[in-house]
Amino acid sequence: MAKGARCYPWPVDHPVRGFREVEHTADWELAVWGPDLPALLEEAARGMYSLMGLVVSEESRRHRRLELAAADREQLLVSFLDELLFLADSEELAFDAFLLDVQGTRLLAHLEGGFIVERGKEIKAVTYHRLELRDTPHGLETSLVFDV
Amino acid sequence: MIQLRQLERVGPWEWEIPTSVRADMRVPVRLIASRELLEAIGDDASLEQAVNATTLPGVVGRVVVMPDVHQGYGFPIGGVAATELPSGVISPGAIGYDINCGVRLLASRVELTAVRGLMGKLAAALDAACPSGVGAGGTLRLADRELERACREGAQWARARGWASESDVARTEEGGRLDGAELGPVSRRARERGAPQMGTLGAGNHFIEVEVVEEICDEEAARAMGLEAGCLTVLIHCGSRGFGHQVCTDFVKSFQGVAVRHGIRLPDRELVCAPLDSPEGRAYEAAMRAAANYAFANRQVLAHLARGAFAEALRGRARDTHLHQVYDLAHNMGKTEEHLIDGRRRRVCVHRKGATRAFGPGAAGLPPEYRGIGQPVLVPGSMGTASWVLIGTEKSMESALGSCCHGAGRRLSRSRAKRSIRGSELRQELESRGIAVRAGSLPGLAEEAPQAYKDVDAVVAAVVGAGIARKVARLKPVAVIKG
Repeated sequence: MAKGARCYPWPVDHPVRGFREVEHTADWELAVWGPDLPALLEEAARGMYSLMGLVVSEESRRHRRLELAAADREQLLVSFLDELLFLADSEELAFDAFLLDVQGTRLLAHLEGGFIVERGKEIKAVTYHRLELRDTPHGLETSLVFDV
Repeated sequence: MIQLRQLERVGPWEWEIPTSVRADMRVPVRLIASRELLEAIGDDASLEQAVNATTLPGVVGRVVVMPDVHQGYGFPIGGVAATELPSGVISPGAIGYDINCGVRLLASRVELTAVRGLMGKLAAALDAACPSGVGAGGTLRLADRELERACREGAQWARARGWASESDVARTEEGGRLDGAELGPVSRRARERGAPQMGTLGAGNHFIEVEVVEEICDEEAARAMGLEAGCLTVLIHCGSRGFGHQVCTDFVKSFQGVAVRHGIRLPDRELVCAPLDSPEGRAYEAAMRAAANYAFANRQVLAHLARGAFAEALRGRARDTHLHQVYDLAHNMGKTEEHLIDGRRRRVCVHRKGATRAFGPGAAGLPPEYRGIGQPVLVPGSMGTASWVLIGTEKSMESALGSCCHGAGRRLSRSRAKRSIRGSELRQELESRGIAVRAGSLPGLAEEAPQAYKDVDAVVAAVVGAGIARKVARLKPVAVIKG
């Protein structure tokens, strides 16, 4: 997808949720979309893990419960990904099953995953650069820039 | 979107974006570049981001943009902006997540011709001695009190442990230690991430390179720096690791609300900021300085490890394997400095993101051997091409906030670089040119391929043409170690 282009309007066969890497000169940019905020948060997490090239162990499953509150939806998205980055960095944990409950701009997340057995890339941080969650006829979309 | 045609040429190497271009600009943008380099920016967001930087409250003079500019997040990479004390702001996103990411150059009297066959062994030894890779921890795991000391004392902490000489510390920006570092505003998380990573390189574009001094352009300055033609040097590029990333993450988050409370309106949320003279601004500045000191200590520990590996790998083949420090300087930092701006000396916070300090001759804070020539400026080029040692000038003080470029600057996106260049082929190509390569990840190597960067010689020609730096020496890589 060209830089700055949006997913919307989607072709008919476009999946209702997903993520896609967008060209960025120095860092990484990810387009993310989903039918609602929980789906968008989950796709953003999966997209970030995909950029990091993470492989998660199938053995000894781990569970985490997160509660986050934010001033707005964008901040909730960044805070959620910040939590996941911190857990990847400090506990070597990543998740592949998400149960996310969003009330307004509060998130209750039940996460299931395992230890990271392989990583391709380092993400330093999730940025707020030009971050805006946009409502579309299909749900929500945004693009995220990661510092790498 | 800002177009190249909106730039006014104000000199052979200088361009300006006047405040008339957008209503919210507080000061103009001054770009240092050739036309070709400007065109290389293409349609990325660099110019837009430079204009956004001019909207920071309290910004004075002009936002300066270096010829290695490329788009970043919020603030362009290669951007310099000064905000006046006490009313101006400090912006974590305008300094970057890798606080005090920087470069250190060590030099030896070992001639390449005497040890050419040992470059593979030397690369392996450096790779083994200096922990690198994604999320990698090191051999040190600092207890909380030790981490606090490192963050307060920087490279001087390492010196107290026998890992630095007096000359190392003197030949580091700010003596390797920023005053005013406080751990109080630093989160538990930043400490947890920092504790196991002291003395580690990390991944991405961080590297250690062995380079040979290919050409001396200024004999007197090279002599002062101990650079000899044909001899080996070691260049280390890294920063404050997870400690700095977390400090910036924490403050960009908390400043989202702070900026609103102070009535600050910005064109990009990544530029969020707080007045320097506010509790929030002071807290960030103290935490940022702690992260900067962590980075000075980190590069110092890596230099100590690199020295051991260098001596061990070349033992018996070179008489004197000592690596002395040429200089260590930051390229992501916010510094309190005095500059003559619009005819008045002002105390300002200079935000440099992907730009280095470049003080001219006579500047305070330089070690005696550099006071007469100016501060060394280290400009690593893309992998396998060349790096430059420059010195700051009076002109850099007058027109560029005492700043200079920090590298070649990216040209291709990482994904495009990966698509067009295979890591294995790149390694072969580099090795066929006599460059030993140790890489933690081949796709990661491809992302950093020379083709993904601008021509470092063209970048240096622009800063020298604009008079903000002078050439001292050109270095050519002979071994590359990447995380």
